[in-house]
Formats: sequence, C-alpha cells, structure tokens
Amino acid sequence: MSSSGIFTRSLRALTAAAVIGAAAIPGIASAGDTLDAIKERGVIKVGVGTTPGFFSPDSDGKWQGFFIDYGRALSIAVFGEDGKVEFTNSSPQQRLPALQAGEFDILLSGVTVTINRAFNLGFHFGPTVFYDGQGILVRKDIGVTTAAELDGATIGVQSGTTGELNIADFFRKTGHNFTPVTIEDTSEFIAALESGRVDAITQDSSDLVGKLQQLKEPDNYILLPERLSKEPLAPAIRAGDDQWLEIVNWTVYATIQAEEWGITSANVDEFLKSEDPAIQRFLGVDPSLAEAIGFQPDWAYKIIRTVGNYGEIYERNLSPLGWKRGYNDIWTNGGLLYSPPFR
Amino acid sequence: MKLSRHTAGRGAISGQRRGISALVSWWDPRPFTQLFVIALILAALWLLGQNILAALARAGISPGFAFLGRAANFQIGEAVIPFSAGDTYLRAIGVGLINTLRVALAGCVLAALLGTALGVLGLMGNPLLTRLVRIYVEVIRNTPLLLQLFFWIALARNLPGPKQAPHLGGVWLSNRGIFVPAPVAENGWALPLALTALVFLAAFALRRFGGLRYVWTGAFVASAGILWASGISLDIPSLQGFNIRGGLSLSPEFAALLLALVVKFSAAIAEIVRAGILSVPEGQREAARAMGLSEWHIMRLVVLPQALRVIVPLTTSVFLDLAKDSSLAVAIGYPDLVSILNTTANTTGQAIEAVLIMAGSFVILNLSVAFLMNRYNARVALRGEHRR
Repeated sequence: MSSSGIFTRSLRALTAAAVIGAAAIPGIASAGDTLDAIKERGVIKVGVGTTPGFFSPDSDGKWQGFFIDYGRALSIAVFGEDGKVEFTNSSPQQRLPALQAGEFDILLSGVTVTINRAFNLGFHFGPTVFYDGQGILVRKDIGVTTAAELDGATIGVQSGTTGELNIADFFRKTGHNFTPVTIEDTSEFIAALESGRVDAITQDSSDLVGKLQQLKEPDNYILLPERLSKEPLAPAIRAGDDQWLEIVNWTVYATIQAEEWGITSANVDEFLKSEDPAIQRFLGVDPSLAEAIGFQPDWAYKIIRTVGNYGEIYERNLSPLGWKRGYNDIWTNGGLLYSPPFR
Repeated sequence: MKLSRHTAGRGAISGQRRGISALVSWWDPRPFTQLFVIALILAALWLLGQNILAALARAGISPGFAFLGRAANFQIGEAVIPFSAGDTYLRAIGVGLINTLRVALAGCVLAALLGTALGVLGLMGNPLLTRLVRIYVEVIRNTPLLLQLFFWIALARNLPGPKQAPHLGGVWLSNRGIFVPAPVAENGWALPLALTALVFLAAFALRRFGGLRYVWTGAFVASAGILWASGISLDIPSLQGFNIRGGLSLSPEFAALLLALVVKFSAAIAEIVRAGILSVPEGQREAARAMGLSEWHIMRLVVLPQALRVIVPLTTSVFLDLAKDSSLAVAIGYPDLVSILNTTANTTGQAIEAVLIMAGSFVILNLSVAFLMNRYNARVALRGEHRR
C-alpha cells in the first residue's frame, strides 16, 4: 500500500509545492473564493491525519473522530446538511503545501499554531480546538522514566511537524545529545519504534496516545510524563480568505458556546423554547443575527443536534481512549475553551 | 595516423559550417513565425513568474534565498561535516548534499563492480552460474526499486538491538547500524602520514635502486611503529548507555539505501556488460586463442577494449539513474538532499527555492557524472574517424 503510495505522494507534495507559485487557480486565497469554490463543488475538501480518536476510518471506511466531527459541523454550517465533506489523509509534510496548492479547503489534521506558520508560511488558524503538548513515547526495555535520562538516545521524529523542531530545542536546552531518525511516512515511523531502530518517538502526546493503540504490544511502551512544548491544535486555512476563516471560527465557537449553556444534541429542542434572548438568537428562534451575517437561521441548532456540543464531541471520540478533559474544558469549568459572545 | 588527423580536421570545419547552415535553415523560411513562437514562450514564462510572485505575496512569503543564512532548528541524524540544530540552512543543505553524494558515489562504484562481475560470470559457460545470474537479473530488474528499498530497510531494522547485537573483534551488527573500529589520531594526522609516506618512498628507492630484500616488511614494521608512537590508535566500538559508541558506523538507512541501489543497478550493468562482451565477434576470441593468448589476456587485450565502447555510454546513463534514484531515501528516513530540502521548505515556506536548489543540485551532479564518463568514453572509443 504505502510502497507504491509514497513515491507518488512525495511527488505530489513537490508538485503541490511548485503549484503554490504556478497558481493554476488564480486568486485562490482572496476573500470569499474558498466558499464560492466549495459551493460550486458541493463538497468541502478536508485534509486529515490518521490517529485513532482524532481521525481514523472505521471498518466501513467511514471517517470517525474528534476532528472529523468538526468537518461535519462545517458541512452543516455551509450546506445546512451533514456529509458534504470529503476527508483525505495527508502526511504532516505534505499537508501544508497541499493546502496552499488548493488541494484542501481546510486542514483538520491537528496543525499546531505557530507564529512562523502564521507569518511566513501563509496560513490562518481558527480557534484552538485541542490543547496539546509534545510527549515522548519510549520503549520500556531501555529503562528510562524521565526525558532527562534520554542523553544519547536515538529518537524517531516525523518530518514536517513542530515535533522535529521542539525535540532539537529540548536537547539544546538540556545540553544533551540525541540522534534523530527523520521519517515521513506514519507507518514507517511506528515500524521504526517497534523494530527497535529507535529508542523513542516524539510527537504531540495526543498523537502518541493514538499511536499506542496501533502498536502490537502497547504494554511495552510508556509515555514519559514531560511535555516538551505547547501544541495548540487548530483548523488551518490559507491566509487571505477572511470570510472562510470566520465561518470556521464561529462553527467551532458554536460547539463551545453550546456546552457553556448546557445545550446538547439531546436537549437542544427544549432550548428552542428558552426565554433567554441570547439562546434564541443562537438557535435561530430569533433569526435576526443569522440573517445579518448571512447564515441560515438554524445553522447552530443543526450543528448541535447532529454532532453535539464540544463536550459531546470530546466524550464520544476521546474519552474512550482515556483522555481527561484537563485544559480542554470550557472556561467555566477551569479549562481554556472560551467562546466570544454570539451577538 | 596522418590520414585520420586530416579527416578529423575536415570534420571539424564541415561541422562548423553545418552548424551555421543549420541555424540559417532554421531561421530562413519564416523568420517571423520563429520570432513569434519565441516571444510567446517568453510571455508564458513571464506570466508564470508573475503568477508565482503574486501567489507568494498573497501567502505572505517573500521569495529569495535569504533564508539560507537563517538558523535551521532541526537536528540531522547523520552528518559528515559537523552539524547541530541552530546552524544555518545552507549548512543543513550542504549536509544533505554530501549525504546524497556519499550514497551516489559508493552506489556507482559498487554497482559497477558487482554488475561487471555478474555480467562476466554469466558468460563463463558454467550452466549453473549462467542460470543464477539470469534469475538475479530478471528478479531484480522486474521489481520496483521502492519495494526493494522497503525490503532492505525492514531487514536492517530487524537486526538485534544494541544490547543483544552480535559482535566480533569490535565489529557490531545491530539495528542501529554496522559499527567497525576506526583509527583515531590524538595529535592530528598530518605528521604521522607524512612520515609513513617517507618510509615507503625510501623503501621503494632501496628496493628499486639498492636491490635490498625484505625492505617492504621493514617498511611496514617501521610505519606501524611511527603510527603507534605518534598517538594513533584504534577506536573500538562498545556498548555505552543505549547505543553503541565509537568507531565508524554505517546507519541502517544508509546501508539499506546503498544495498537497494547497488543491487538494482548492478542488474542493469550486468546486462550491459553481457551485451558489450557479446558484441565482440566470437571469431576474434578464437583468433586470440589460436595465437596462444591466455583467457585473461584475451579478455584484457582483445575483448574488453572493444566491449567497453558499448558498455561505457550505457553505463553512464545507469549511473545517472542511480544518482537520481538515491532521492528515494526520503521514504526510509535517510537524510539526503531531498529530505533536508523538504524539511527546509516546510519550516521556511520557501518551497519554490527548495525545489530550485534540488533541481539545480541534481542537474550539476548528473552533468558532472556525464562529463567524467564522457571523458572516459573518449579514451575507450575508437579514435580517428567518426564511426557512429
């Protein structure tokens, strides 16, 4: 599978990179173009990764996961119905050029927000949907329990990720040495750890927890307690299209605001009778707000009824894997999730 | 000799004249059509260039090579020249280029050796050998290189880990690589090497002009003494912490890539060598045998000089393919030029510049290979008249 795939995919990444400039689609990133292109096409093209809980195809080949649910929410926001979204796996190294080249409308693949990506690489980020930190997954047989003991270790890194840079920073800071083995392909990355080619792999800890599920003997590995970095994961779009950015922003905020109000997919119909004018505006009972911004009045209602609020999305996809809410809770519960007001 | 020089001279003049007339005939019938086509191509290029600049401006990326001087904050697994995170992108790319050159050069030499050996072995007349070489060639050249690469890397990664690795006399075979003892000099290499060279020069002079016996043995003993006295010792790899340290190491990725390239292209070279040798008429070999030449001399003096004319140009293109295909390294995590430039493009956003550097490097690399091979080809080719 990957054997024939990699070469074509590497080639595609290169072509994609080249196409950024060659710009087969002139003016791709000026305001409103992305939405127009999506409406014309009838489907949103989304780049994702493959980590259980966040994005992975089920036995029927249907994509499931935390980020996938946000893709569905976007489909509802844009088309008023679920399912008009096409998910494609893209490796960390290829995803950014592919987005630039117009192959995707949005990346929901756990892209870390960084200042370099925002200023120099031409990306805009939606709200952070998952607060993560980089972790290190080590083989138990090397007998290491903290990152500080890793002096001299061989560590697998995935190319094109912030992890590749953070681990170098971490070892520079501590004055220790390590040998990186930089691998692009995700399955080769895991294979390097399983075969013992590397002592450890490093990646966002969310990703490592997912990868742990994919290893043949998960008990032989431990996730070290340290977090080497802040990894706020957010939807990423091409810079320059403010309208599309706002649609993404408020789709995410709708799920967070709903949780703050306690609106769930189960009780959303009861909230239609709410006397609170803010909730009436939010759910489209009072259509004035939606009309003013050009949305369908029931867009938020449909999102909550179909995919649920942030907490529901989280608990459906991530809690079964043992994820605690932690930072990823709404601000009223001591977390970092905070939606601006819907008014 | 006189005749051939004469013809060569005439050839050059007529070639020049032909060059001009070719140009004239190209322009002559419809010069304005030609100009129009050229203008069209230039306009298309200009349009594409403008498009690139506009697209980059929209993305907030400023084109140019200024990023080469900035700090590259990633680490590289294997580097011949010292590199650490924080050095410049230029240096990182240099590391990648050297890694590509390293594997391409070693690949060309080894593939040529193995391919020639296989080609000759297949023609020795031993039915078993002939059959085996055929099977090798057919299996190897009919499967994709990437598949072979994955096969070799899986093999290399599944060697035992450092703690269980088999070792003999300081040579370790593990999934972290192959480790061999390496000489190290405490006080630098210059003096001991110069002294050793002097000893051997003296030995050569004594043997040649003095007719002394046992000078070579003496020279070896003397140079061993010099090397030992000047603080040169063997660094023997040993297990320290997680990894085997010391000595010279060959990473699994390098080994797998090298093996894959050598095996794949040796099959191609074996076929070329076979074709080259078969292109020499059997009658010449029989004639040489009738003159009492040994098999070795027949090969050396009669067959090879003629076979090389067929072999060298074809082998050149095999070498070029090998150098280019070394970029598949990116699939298994060997930090070659392409891999480093991919990372560079990813962290700086300068994708077009990275692609340009990549293309430029491979063009220069391959033109140099072609230049060297053509020089060699000129030496083995038929001299005098232009036969082909």
